Amino acid sequence: MLTKRIIACLDVRDGRVVKGVQFRNHRDMGDILELAQRYADEGVDELVFYDITASSDGRVVDKSWVNNVARRINIPFCVAGGIRTIADARAILNDGADKISVNSPALERPDFITELAEAFGTQCVVVGIDSRVEGQDDGRMKYVVYQYTGDETKTISSTRDTVSWAREAQRLGAGEIVLNCMNNDGVKRGYDLAQLALVREAVSIPVIASGGAGDYGHFADLFEKTGIDGGLAASVFHSGQIPIPSLKAFLSERGIEVRV
Amino acid sequence: MIAIIDSGGANIASVRFALERLGVDAELTADPAVISAAERVILPGVGAAPVAMARLDEAGLVDCIRSLTRPVLGICLGMQLLFERSEEGNTPLLGLIDGTCAALDASGGLTVPHMGWNRLIPQGTAGAHPLLTGVVPGAHVYFVHGYAAPVSENTVAACDYGGPFTALVARGNFMGAQFHPERSGPVGATILQNFINLPAGREG
Repeated sequence: MLTKRIIACLDVRDGRVVKGVQFRNHRDMGDILELAQRYADEGVDELVFYDITASSDGRVVDKSWVNNVARRINIPFCVAGGIRTIADARAILNDGADKISVNSPALERPDFITELAEAFGTQCVVVGIDSRVEGQDDGRMKYVVYQYTGDETKTISSTRDTVSWAREAQRLGAGEIVLNCMNNDGVKRGYDLAQLALVREAVSIPVIASGGAGDYGHFADLFEKTGIDGGLAASVFHSGQIPIPSLKAFLSERGIEVRV
Repeated sequence: MIAIIDSGGANIASVRFALERLGVDAELTADPAVISAAERVILPGVGAAPVAMARLDEAGLVDCIRSLTRPVLGICLGMQLLFERSEEGNTPLLGLIDGTCAALDASGGLTVPHMGWNRLIPQGTAGAHPLLTGVVPGAHVYFVHGYAAPVSENTVAACDYGGPFTALVARGNFMGAQFHPERSGPVGATILQNFINLPAGREG
């Protein structure tokens, strides 16, 4: 049986791992290579590195660390942040990343997803979606995709509906979706299960949950109450509040299939 | 020397680095002479079967690979290329192992591509293949694929995802892993080490 994935997200700014609350007030969490190695040793299933400054600054920053991570760790990892051209993506994949994730540039020009899929295969192409709850529409929750979320002063609504965008991303060639529920990000009250379930049902590619993990039970809820394929978290892992081996043991005892 | 065939796939760097971690030097090459002379050969590959076969064809590598007598390991799409045919673009493949690769069926609610960690189920009664030395039955390895090869007499280990498929295959000196040993943690490293440890003269 395919296991549920536990994914550690490392937000990278200027070559260091940082973490903010609801995308603000970033604190230094440590060295990229040290954290990556620690997670690989502890049995995390995958790593995602988000360069959180790149998209909003309109630049691709120095990514020499990608190659160092690829040399060192033996689990899959994805790189996100400011990938705007096929050449950007190729450089990162050639450096040893397994997947690249696009977010704002895909919203600016959706055909970019197709071009990436054609160049590297859909399995390499992750579309990150930053989604915010925007009240209700006829009694149904309304979810809207946000753009340039790496910098609060530049963050804007794309006005796109989250579920429609997820469907479109799949149609265009995305191999996986990471859905970041912005209202839940960093506040540790659990994943947005309703929103995640809605997106999960809308597409047939893997969907990864991001935003809200605060304790062991939040991961169990995610996997027991939605068909979501993986749970991503950052601060609860970086701080040591939820050690990966303990989390896996907890989920395994609950009858959730994980790699231990 | 290990030759990694420059098949243009995006996982080539990962394969090289995995070998580096095992202390093995590998040469990335598309030169038939270098590949034929290598002690062992790895055929990596991600992407689409028609593109990959066209690339091997253009590089004049189809007959070269078919004539290899030393250990060959295909990885992911590289494994599928060892089979007869892929339904992906109805593509004729290298034909070194019987069987046709077919798309995983998403109609029953299965998430496709099959992406993540899944179990290796050793097959056959003749004892484990040397590639599985030190690998616990049911060990998890990392998969990313939308097409798969059926289970056959050449299947060394299967995996179950909406039904069984070939995860590890061997026919004589031609072997293949549908999963990514280079990204499968300690289990993957063990399988790569086992491949490196195979006698270079091993033939079917």
